[in-house]
Amino acid sequence: MQRVLILFAHPHFEKSRVNRALLKGLPTSNAFTIHDLYELYPYFNIDVAEEKTFLLKHDIIVWHHPIYMYSAPAIMKQWMDMVLEFGWAHGAGGDFLKDKTALNVVSTGGTRESYQPGGFNRYSLAEFLRPFEQTARLCKMNYLPPFAVQGTYRLSNAEIYRCAEDYERLLGHLSQGDFNIQAMQSYAYLNDWLGTVSGGPKP
Amino acid sequence: MTGFFGQAIIYLSAAVVCVPIAKRLGLGSVLGYLLAGIIIGPFGLGFIGREGQDIMHFAEFGVVMMLFLIGLELEPSHFWKMRRLIVGMGSVQISATAVLAGAGLMLLGFTWQAALATGLALAMSSTAIVLQSLKEKGLGSTMAGKSAFAVLLFQDIAVIPILALLPLLAVSTGQASAPHAQSFLVDLPGWLQTLAVLGAGASVVIAGRYVVVPLLRIIARAHLREIFTAAALLIVLATAALMSLVGLSPALGAFLAGVVLANSEFRHELESDIEPFKGLLLGLFFIAVGASINFGLIGRAPLFISAVLLAVVLIKTLVLVATGGLFKLTPDQNLIFAFSLSQVGEFAFVLFSFMHQAHLLSDDIAAQMMAVTALSMALTPLLLLIGERFALPRLIAPQDQDQVADTIDTRHPVIIAGFGEFGSTIGRFLRANGVETTILDNDSSRVDLLRKMGFKVFYGDATRLDILKSAGAEEARILIIALADPLTRHDLIEKIRGHYPQLRLLVKTKDRADAYDLIDAGIQDIYRESLDTSIRLGVDALIKLGYRRYSAARAGLNFLKYDEAALKELAKHRHDEQSYISTTREYIRLQEQLLTNDREANPTINDHAWESDRHTYPSGKE
Repeated sequence: MQRVLILFAHPHFEKSRVNRALLKGLPTSNAFTIHDLYELYPYFNIDVAEEKTFLLKHDIIVWHHPIYMYSAPAIMKQWMDMVLEFGWAHGAGGDFLKDKTALNVVSTGGTRESYQPGGFNRYSLAEFLRPFEQTARLCKMNYLPPFAVQGTYRLSNAEIYRCAEDYERLLGHLSQGDFNIQAMQSYAYLNDWLGTVSGGPKP
Repeated sequence: MTGFFGQAIIYLSAAVVCVPIAKRLGLGSVLGYLLAGIIIGPFGLGFIGREGQDIMHFAEFGVVMMLFLIGLELEPSHFWKMRRLIVGMGSVQISATAVLAGAGLMLLGFTWQAALATGLALAMSSTAIVLQSLKEKGLGSTMAGKSAFAVLLFQDIAVIPILALLPLLAVSTGQASAPHAQSFLVDLPGWLQTLAVLGAGASVVIAGRYVVVPLLRIIARAHLREIFTAAALLIVLATAALMSLVGLSPALGAFLAGVVLANSEFRHELESDIEPFKGLLLGLFFIAVGASINFGLIGRAPLFISAVLLAVVLIKTLVLVATGGLFKLTPDQNLIFAFSLSQVGEFAFVLFSFMHQAHLLSDDIAAQMMAVTALSMALTPLLLLIGERFALPRLIAPQDQDQVADTIDTRHPVIIAGFGEFGSTIGRFLRANGVETTILDNDSSRVDLLRKMGFKVFYGDATRLDILKSAGAEEARILIIALADPLTRHDLIEKIRGHYPQLRLLVKTKDRADAYDLIDAGIQDIYRESLDTSIRLGVDALIKLGYRRYSAARAGLNFLKYDEAALKELAKHRHDEQSYISTTREYIRLQEQLLTNDREANPTINDHAWESDRHTYPSGKE
């Protein structure tokens, strides 16, 4: 079993239709730990020692957050700055996260079409997530393409429900070790990879 | 004196035996009291005889108190919102019932005057039985409960014109005599009577606001509990007396007085002072009703009486169902509404005996009507039981909604005990975020000031269980204890533990030693009065010494967290060493221990975030 740590950051979770649906669907299982960063550290004073202990106990790290101004909400950056210490996560002797797997799960107001050259947002989502990708690399972790729920303003409840089911399926694959990193990395979105494995393509 | 003891013992033991049994069987306390009355009455064991009637008149005062309490819970604005229900439902119910019942009685050979008078008497319902039963079943705040209350209130108002009408009916049969319930005003011309009635109502409102409340403030400052209770009783008695004087129903007057005082800071204190008297008197009233059921009479004409009883209850129920339908009650609510009001009320006893005196009714008929009245009262709890079986499963959902609305406007999820500087800041903060609080404070001068500033503050000793109850401790979720005195606080915590274990306690303490006591008492959420402030000051001192603000603020947050953890840790070991250490010495020892720990485990010193000067990557990999 692969243990999954979901680092969740949403400064206004109570108003987020999409993210509430995504997290509500998750089965309670000891394979997943949800770390709701804004709830744990309302004053941004992240407990570094505690966070490190949690990281060591898990194999897969999920940075789950909405995209605000083309990046993660502030506390996610605070978490990365404080917890991924030199000499622990990277640099000399910084091998504690080696060979773990990291990925982003994000929601965006813009549609997938708007995140491409020539689109409204001009760059692909992967390009905006470069800092996460390179951070994972720096910490000697494998980095997977993002799982994204996009165009959130226009999603119907039924569509959101389907996304939540996909997220649950994704976490199922991850926690059971039922995935191939190379295969996954050949897709721009894990949503697309998910369409090729069990459960059939997304309608 | 021994006579009094004997009587008291009979009544009390009958109640103590019967009521718990009835409740256990799911019959409700009202039926328990009625059965107790029947058992000890002249047709049961015969412990009490004819004096039951006198006891009933005395105990009716419980109904007056009940309406005072209901008034206290109903703010004038709510009362105003109910006006359509009261006038609309009430007038439809009374007129339709009186006409139908009267027509039936004329078929039985009554004169039209006697039929009309009896019909009006039968239209009345029993405030005591209805409200007590509904409250006990938790149906008071449902639409059915509110509608029932509206109808009862209108009936109380309607008593005035009915009493005025009776002599006229008697005159037209050639039998004139003033009803004993009428006042000295009968001899006055009509416009003067009206003026007197309006004047009495106005004087209750004005006196309530400008005389009673200031007077209660003075009494409260004397800190004599029994004098406050005496004052509360005095208010109710005086209002009732004034109303009887001008021929109004005392219960109606007490209700008015209650509404006037509902906005005052003494609401909870008055409520808890009157409540026990009301409870006992109502119980006594129900026992007296039970004892007054004349089984001898019923035995002589069982068929006739049960036929009349059934007809009366049926007519009342049908009219009520129609009324409820007219005012768009849902079918299940309507059923509860109709069943609850289907009995003939205690006021009918008065009317029947008057009609008997005025020769509108013969001896036999009057006695039979009274028997029907008493029996119909006993029938109500049973009917409600049936109604519940049918309607209650579907009643639950709308009832929940009602209660949510109730939580928002009258009962509050948070109670603050102690409203000094500390408590009032919490109250302001919660209010700024849309959370209403019920505030209890026993410094009446401060209460007065805060009320002028628009706070909902009530005068009362928070350690009294009855005050806590009327402040809504049963429904509240959080109790914030911001009392200054540790002994009072301890007392309060013990009581909450025993009676309201669901309440989350957030407790303010003076200092560390005080906090240890609370930890020993098992309290989880402890707030030391000066901790946050002193750390904030320390952070500012660091800043003035040249620290960057963010670093200093982080150091402050870390220290706060560390200190809270240290508090819980040290509390465990505090009793390990010599237990005879005096308080002062223990305090010094604790301070020393703290300082040592602080140096050993400065949370900020071990914090290396953002220290890029330690990074030593080979060149080109920076």
